Amino acid sequence: MKAKIRKLIVQVDETRIEMGKPIEPPTRRAVAIAVIENPFAGRFEQDLAELTEIGEELGGLLGEKCVQALGIQPGRAESYGKAAIVGEAGELEHAAAILHPKLGAPLRKAVEKGAALVPSAKKMGSLGTAIDVPLGHKDAAFVRSHFDAIEARVSDAPRRNEIVVAVAVTDSGRPLARVGGLQKNEIKGEDGLR
Amino acid sequence: MIELREIFTQVEEIFHEFGPPAAQPLKRGAVCAVLTNPFAGRYEPNIMPMMEALNPLGIEMSRRLLAAMRVDPRQIEGYGKGAIVGSAGELEHGALWHVPGGYAMREVLGSAKAIVSSTKKVGAPGTKLDVPITHINASYVRSHFDAMEVYVPGAPAADELVYVLVMTTGPRVHERVGGLRAAEIKGTDGLR
Repeated sequence: MKAKIRKLIVQVDETRIEMGKPIEPPTRRAVAIAVIENPFAGRFEQDLAELTEIGEELGGLLGEKCVQALGIQPGRAESYGKAAIVGEAGELEHAAAILHPKLGAPLRKAVEKGAALVPSAKKMGSLGTAIDVPLGHKDAAFVRSHFDAIEARVSDAPRRNEIVVAVAVTDSGRPLARVGGLQKNEIKGEDGLR
Repeated sequence: MIELREIFTQVEEIFHEFGPPAAQPLKRGAVCAVLTNPFAGRYEPNIMPMMEALNPLGIEMSRRLLAAMRVDPRQIEGYGKGAIVGSAGELEHGALWHVPGGYAMREVLGSAKAIVSSTKKVGAPGTKLDVPITHINASYVRSHFDAMEVYVPGAPAADELVYVLVMTTGPRVHERVGGLRAAEIKGTDGLR
């Protein structure tokens, strides 16, 4: 493995009651986080290919961890998202190199299909910095009930020379979705939008 | 139904990130509206009337943001939106912002084609929200994927909502991870 992983964290939140109303079945969101060493910490490196390969590894690893934690068949995953926090000796573009070129394909394999864009966020940060990982339906970005976000945070990362990489997967939308729009049972799932 | 307590704007100008300084500094701006949550403290089944009532606020926020950034609408290349719900509200109250937030930015920017990416959460006063950013006409333009951390000091109180719009004038300052270029987009389907 190219990525030097110091720590892996997997978290699942399951909402059973929202605003006093029971949620049945509960909505469930998983986020898997890797804390890795930044190979380019402390210098400006033009070619970021090494981080891109790390992104490819982590897309599969973290995607599978989420599906495993939810205890579902990959095809039952409904929404996903990704994010990275770069420690202060790195630069924002290091997050882009991990997240955008190659992370998506293995993640899509882990959740089956995934016609829609994987929504993302990135920032610079220090120990305990939290990032909101955006969530969108995996096959049709316009499904309104599945727009959401989950906060990812590691109390002792990222250190100066580290990057925190997070992948989130759910098996459901928001707990009491009722603002209309495209419904999940109406999607075609071909163009990634509807 | 719409009771505005505060409007908060923030503009960043990024000259470099320890690499070669950009010819044109990147501007990232956020505007946040702090509103009373009319549904705080109870489960209200029908919240849809608030959605349409938010349209004029969205337009006003978009205009204020452009003014704060001192840019013309044609200079905007990236956007995003978000919501933070105070502790007496529910996440779904944040979802009310999807339609009016997107509508307002499209209205003010002209012909933006791409879906406006978003985040939302329930939080205490001063809670930070990372608002995702994508290219306004083609979601897959890799150079424009970004996010802006936004918060309003002291808000949202338990019975308040914070609605957020974010705009940027260009790609990340040292973008160099390839992918679809802004110059190559067709701009018809909102994706490429």
